[in-house]
Amino acid sequence: QAFRVDVIREEDGVLEFDMVGIDAAIANAFRRILLAEVPTMAVEKVFVYNNTSIVQDEILAHRLGLIPIRADPRLFEYRNQGDEEGTEIDTLQFQLKIKCSRNPQAAKESSDPNELYFNHKVYSKHMTWVPLGNQTDLFPDADFRPVHDDILIALLRPGQEIDVLMHCVKGIGKDHAKFSPVATASYRLLPDITLLQPVEDEAAETLQKCFSPGVIEIQNIKGKKVARVANARLDTFSREVFRHEGLKNLVRLARVRNHYIFSVESTGILPPDVLVSEAIKILMGKCQRFLNELDSVPME
Amino acid sequence: VQADGTDGNCVTFVLHDEDHTLGNSLRYMVMKNPDVEFCGYCITHPSESKINFRIQTRGSLPAVEPFRKGLNDLMGVCQHVLNTFEVRLLPEELRGLF
Repeated sequence: QAFRVDVIREEDGVLEFDMVGIDAAIANAFRRILLAEVPTMAVEKVFVYNNTSIVQDEILAHRLGLIPIRADPRLFEYRNQGDEEGTEIDTLQFQLKIKCSRNPQAAKESSDPNELYFNHKVYSKHMTWVPLGNQTDLFPDADFRPVHDDILIALLRPGQEIDVLMHCVKGIGKDHAKFSPVATASYRLLPDITLLQPVEDEAAETLQKCFSPGVIEIQNIKGKKVARVANARLDTFSREVFRHEGLKNLVRLARVRNHYIFSVESTGILPPDVLVSEAIKILMGKCQRFLNELDSVPME
Repeated sequence: VQADGTDGNCVTFVLHDEDHTLGNSLRYMVMKNPDVEFCGYCITHPSESKINFRIQTRGSLPAVEPFRKGLNDLMGVCQHVLNTFEVRLLPEELRGLF
């Protein structure tokens, strides 16, 4: 198979890579798996011991569930169906215990809440990991915490407190979107722009403006300005060129059939290249499952 | 997985807990097989996650064979993609080894 993968990497949680020589069905399968079937850990059960804040219990639980937790899901198992308590191989426990109080040293007539109160904003950095069972031995160097420290969970005023215990389990995006490991994963086909006739001077200038910056460049050949397609990859296909009568027939816009540009943006739980590898392994696992079934179930 | 069909050549497999993700890619792989006369899948109802996957072969080949071959081919494609992808991720120096 004449197939290649080129990584045009732009890190920071975003991975952009090309797959050439693959078909739409398989590219789409990878995209679907990245979104919905790569497992992660997220807060599932929230045991509320005390919540005197304005945020209702269920709203607070919903917000806590959506916080991405930096924990490698491959180290954990799925929880069994009816299991209420949770053992140490499938659950991570976090605690959030915070109380807001008044600052006695604040100046009178100050109205800035940062000065007046302690702990009036509850951030995700206030969540602490509580090891269960032998987790301290299993993960001696691991530090399980939310991916981002500055996610605002709730606002408090003096006298209000929140005291909750959270259980994180492993799940997949199909079950609930909080388990999806990617901010988004998408692909597009490489654009293919061909100039049917040479375009010069004024028309070249207008042509350049019709496309996204960088797609068409103008060269000076023998004193005349001639347009040339420099980098078709940057184009967003806005079809502006078809609105101009003179240029309509000179350009053909198409897509290269099997050149896919994937863009995967991770929420920070796992780096995007690991996510893509995991997605491919999951597709293999599905095929293997059916092969095993075929072999074990007798055909009549 | 459950199969029922009229005779050995044309079988409908019912795959549970699957959707377009595997259905479409498997259909694509099986269609590449020249022995297959008809191959298609459909989702019986969007609320239940199962697909009907139907293969009909030309001639006397039992329909389970293209199904098995399609699954193996799909695994081969995935393995190839995985290898190519991982090699690409390695820094320049190590790439010469592959």
